[in-house]
Amino acid sequence: MSATHGSVHSLWTVAAEAPSIEYAQLSPTLLVLGAAVIGILVEAFAPRRLRYGAQVLLAFLGLAGAFAAVVGLAVGGYATEKAAVAGVGAIAVDGPALFLQGIILLVAVVAVFTFAERRLEPTAHGTRVDSFAAQPAAVPGGEGERAAVRAGWTTTEIFPLLLFAVGGMLLFPAANDLLTLFIALEVFSLPLYLLCALARRRRLLSQEAAVKYFLLGAFSSAFLIFGIALLYGYAGTVSYAGIAQVVEGSVPSPSPALASAMASDALLLIGGALVVMGLLFKVGAVPFHMWTPDVYQGAPTPVTGFMAAATKVAAFGALLRLLYVVLPGLRWDWEPVLWGVAIASMLAGAVIAITQTDVKRLLAYSSIAHAGFILAGVVAVTPSGVSSVLFYLLAYSFVTLGAFAVVTLVRDAGGEATHLSKWAGLGRRSPLVAAVFAVFLLAFAGIPLTSGFAGKFAVFKAAAEGGAGALVVVGVIASAIAAFFYIRVIVLMFFSEPSPEGPTVAIPSAFTTAAISIGVAVTLVLGVAPQYFLELAGQAGVFVR
Amino acid sequence: MSGFPLLTATAVLPALGAVATAAVPAARRAAAKWLALAVSLGTLVLAGLVVARFDPGGARYQLTESYAWIADFGVRFELGVDGIGTALIALTALLVPFVIAAGWHDADPVPGERPAGRWRPTQGFFALILMVEAMVVVSFAATDVFVFYLFFEAMLIPMYFLIGGFGDRAHAAGEAEGAKQRSYAAVKFLLYNLAGGLIMLAAVIGLYVVTADQLGTGTFSLQRITEARAAGELTMAAGTERLLFLGFFLAFAVKAPLWPLHTWLPNAMGESTAPVAVLITAVVDKVGTFAMLRFCLGLFPEASAWATPVVVVLALVSIIYGALLAVGQRDIKRLVAYASISHFGFIVLGIFAMTSQGQSGATLYMVFHGISTAVLMLVAGFLISRRGSRLIADYGGVQKVAPVLAGTFLVGGLATLSLPGLAPFVSEFLVLVGTFSRYPAAGVVATAGIVLAALYVLLLYQRTMTGPVDKPEIERMPDLRRRELAVVAPLIALLIALGVFPKPLTDIVNPAVEHTLSDVRQTDPQPELPAVEAAE
Repeated sequence: MSATHGSVHSLWTVAAEAPSIEYAQLSPTLLVLGAAVIGILVEAFAPRRLRYGAQVLLAFLGLAGAFAAVVGLAVGGYATEKAAVAGVGAIAVDGPALFLQGIILLVAVVAVFTFAERRLEPTAHGTRVDSFAAQPAAVPGGEGERAAVRAGWTTTEIFPLLLFAVGGMLLFPAANDLLTLFIALEVFSLPLYLLCALARRRRLLSQEAAVKYFLLGAFSSAFLIFGIALLYGYAGTVSYAGIAQVVEGSVPSPSPALASAMASDALLLIGGALVVMGLLFKVGAVPFHMWTPDVYQGAPTPVTGFMAAATKVAAFGALLRLLYVVLPGLRWDWEPVLWGVAIASMLAGAVIAITQTDVKRLLAYSSIAHAGFILAGVVAVTPSGVSSVLFYLLAYSFVTLGAFAVVTLVRDAGGEATHLSKWAGLGRRSPLVAAVFAVFLLAFAGIPLTSGFAGKFAVFKAAAEGGAGALVVVGVIASAIAAFFYIRVIVLMFFSEPSPEGPTVAIPSAFTTAAISIGVAVTLVLGVAPQYFLELAGQAGVFVR
Repeated sequence: MSGFPLLTATAVLPALGAVATAAVPAARRAAAKWLALAVSLGTLVLAGLVVARFDPGGARYQLTESYAWIADFGVRFELGVDGIGTALIALTALLVPFVIAAGWHDADPVPGERPAGRWRPTQGFFALILMVEAMVVVSFAATDVFVFYLFFEAMLIPMYFLIGGFGDRAHAAGEAEGAKQRSYAAVKFLLYNLAGGLIMLAAVIGLYVVTADQLGTGTFSLQRITEARAAGELTMAAGTERLLFLGFFLAFAVKAPLWPLHTWLPNAMGESTAPVAVLITAVVDKVGTFAMLRFCLGLFPEASAWATPVVVVLALVSIIYGALLAVGQRDIKRLVAYASISHFGFIVLGIFAMTSQGQSGATLYMVFHGISTAVLMLVAGFLISRRGSRLIADYGGVQKVAPVLAGTFLVGGLATLSLPGLAPFVSEFLVLVGTFSRYPAAGVVATAGIVLAALYVLLLYQRTMTGPVDKPEIERMPDLRRRELAVVAPLIALLIALGVFPKPLTDIVNPAVEHTLSDVRQTDPQPELPAVEAAE
């Protein structure tokens, strides 16, 4: 018992003596959270007509500044030789953290573009509006909502919410102790739950999605915190390095209490399993994937795109750090489990996606299959495994963002036309939009010369080198199944006759155009000339302890 | 390595041409066609330079180029051709202008239909053909397994759009049903080939792991791997080698296509327009048989020898089964497709007979089958476009109203059944001789395929071209137009010229075949001496 007392005590005293904080190393997260706080103040004090412009600018500047800070840190060597633990041991500043933070920030910048799009919805009484509810607090279809729409209100709170979520996501893969991990999880999850509920159209569906996401998310948070408690009970510390030491049994002079805890693995195994389950939920891997299709479908499409891309990046980052830093000593225990999860995700995601008739649900199941592919790289347990996962996340997140941005363009009288039957003949009406979506689908399917292929090859190569040849074979089979439904959408778009009352493609403003162009550009560049980015990911493949 | 990167240029020109063709404005359809034709002729000139610069007596791989590409995957952009690759690049560059000229009106908008928005099918059609050509050229020239794989797979996408997006006018079953069958054929084509390709992907990764394990750094370079094997630095366990071989072979057998993985071909060739069908069977499918020679035999000699009995049997089944089904077809294009399956059986048989005659016969077969099928299929396409039907029963007596059409059709047919004097006879004879010297029984069975070929070709000719003219549509049928004649005549001339004097081609091909045979450590079997027996 004295050991636990000791660590709590020292934490307390350190805090009381105003610990030294490495502000420079933590600047990306601080910038984003700072911008979010200013955003709240703008909501409170700026007049309504100024808010939209101010918020968009603020969000963009905050994220761009944070990205510049990440690049600065990486160039300054913090990704490699100067990698260290900052913030009183709570946050790691190392290669994987900076690489993933860079991806998250880029994704967030593009997401701000899709959030800020105001040309797709028909104008409401003369004001241009976005895809978010006029007044989220108003009852759907009620008098309050009508009044808000008449007044041309928009929910500019989405930008600070987005920034808070991004702040949490930046912290998540960098968290170096379990409590920071949990706090980061909550900081990015709560704004996401809210954002999911804010759709302008089909608000009930959107609110249902948010409630589902919140309930299941709370459930998984509970798993995570319970697992953290058990791990604390086992090791007497929440720091990653400290737990790793105990797991390896290399604590110099364990106190009697710790020695007796170390003798029994029950706490460790159950605690570790619960924490990993909490993370797999966020990743959307089978069997913790049930929320994915409903939430992806119900949430406003810009939010879906952001969530699908950025959450996956952040959660895989945290999972990698946990497995590689905290639990490498348990490798023989978690590896078979993750094998099973990876195989189940790849196969279930691919097979169930075949029967989908809604494009957002289709992409949701495809994201489950992709979670399985990424897990194949995770179980490699080699430096090349880490870098292949980093590269895959980079490739995947931009394809996802771009694909959902295209989904926002295809509309009919009821808003976005997400039912697949309405996409028939899109290639005849708008060849360019259909061609762009086809590029994204081919990248999802992993066709050569797209980023999807480079990512898939990197992950499978790492898995095969790590001795998981069987996983590669399953992955290849799942890819073949998955190819079927991506191809089916292409068939629908190009080879089917357009129906006369079919959807139209809205002409977007420069915001969405930019988002989609960035998506296409990244997809093609990473497909044709991936070497630079592979090198970058390769250099970023080492975790600090 | 020195000087102008000729092979890259041969691939880049059609790729750029494809982009330029696609960018031609909607109203300038004719300009897009001429641009595509000019680009394909330019590519032909470059391919001619490749043939001219290739020295049959020189190094194994010539005109080599090597650029850094994806170092993390151990990939360099390495190109180089041996005699086999040279011959096939020449074939590709030769056929594409004819394909473009033959398909001149295939993608025109239907009269009366107002083109909507930016939809430009004509530009797309020719751009896709050029894109396929560029990717096929890279596949034939790649000496890096990964580079080959990339383009081998990527070429499926433009092919898929060519099959699914453009079909015959006036489908027998009506427009809607036609579109449905077309997209079914396109999806079937893509899924078969994609599945084969993904299995190959697993084998490609396996190859990387094996080389990384033993050579320190993973590599896909064909030359590096062959050298390492010769020097004993790289040894594969028999089980590993066989698995990898199977992964590669399956993809190529789907592409080739070999029975029982052939079922996509009749759909794809039946539903696509005749020029696209030629592109499939005469150009794209050749990548499959070519890759068996270069990659299966070159990388996995021991496993190739191990698999030979099974592959030979599959090839024989293809020959007989394809020919039998061709006899029974009621649809002209599907008949040609099944005939092609039979011919691909011959090619695979020649490759796996592991004799120099067999393999040079197989290589010549690839080239000659390309030309002869092009003649037969393109003339069939002209015929079908006149009547608006693919069914044999809808024709009869055509030779009385359109003698030139019937005559060219007959030449194409006779080339298909390997009439002596026409080029395919040379290759078929070599394949049979090569097979006979090692597997006499297989040679005997394969010879039966020739008899069946005579049956399906002559029956087709008899039913469509001879007999009374009893259908009004046929009475009014015009003979070949000048454009159509310009497409067919040079190909027929080539068939006759190479049939009489194939030496220029055999000179290029033979040294490469010797190299391949030495890869698999095989020598030709000594002929048994009938003279000795006779003396007894």
